[in-house]
Amino acid sequence: MNKQPVGAHYGWKDWMIQRITAVVMVAFSIVILGFFMLHGSVSHVEWKQLFQGELVRILALLFFLAVFYHAWIGVRDVLMDYIKPLWIRLSLQVLVCLFLIVCSIWTVSILWGN
Amino acid sequence: MASRPVAQPKPSTKARPKYYDLNLLNLPTPGLVSIFHRITGVAMFLFLIPLTLVILQTTLQSEAGFAVWEGYFNNLFVKCILMGFVWAFMHHLFAGIRYLLLDLHIGVNKAPAQASAKFVLAAGLIATAIFAVRVW
Repeated sequence: MNKQPVGAHYGWKDWMIQRITAVVMVAFSIVILGFFMLHGSVSHVEWKQLFQGELVRILALLFFLAVFYHAWIGVRDVLMDYIKPLWIRLSLQVLVCLFLIVCSIWTVSILWGN
Repeated sequence: MASRPVAQPKPSTKARPKYYDLNLLNLPTPGLVSIFHRITGVAMFLFLIPLTLVILQTTLQSEAGFAVWEGYFNNLFVKCILMGFVWAFMHHLFAGIRYLLLDLHIGVNKAPAQASAKFVLAAGLIATAIFAVRVW
């Protein structure tokens, strides 16, 4: 059995982050689903007004960052399970990572740019 | 007891046959929950994340953009696709909560683990049905 000497200690941190981000997303999902279930449909004015609040923007950003970090760890694990050739796996991981970083920046621009 | 040398079985040098049962229907329920958790996760990463950001951007940008998505969501075909994503989200959510509970050593024995897996499958479908009724 080959033991990889690199990467010690990062495993448990990712394991922990995956669970912390999950709890954050569960909490937000309940709030968002509850809002739509109670409120029904929203008009554009109400929708825009909701995202004018600084607190809503910050919480929304927190939610999306939790989603992106969670997605990174999850997709990375899937790639490690199924993609064996190192260069393909590494390329895909870099693509996923870059995509999620772009999504993070995009989210900031959506929330504060409108 | 007299100890007699017992013939030790020689380690087999023959390659053992590998048998992967790829039929999902033959998986035990917790396995089904697990593979769906994986598939829904990848699907949401690929499609739901960018879609959500696009919708958030266009609906916040202008009233016209908001109206465009309102129109899309009234389309039957779009509604069906939306229900697919709602199921993916709900299944991933409930399966994830089950894993969090398993991490806390809640329901790790065989019987409760199988029961909770069935509950997760049902809850995902029921939540999607409730959402569908709300939308239609």
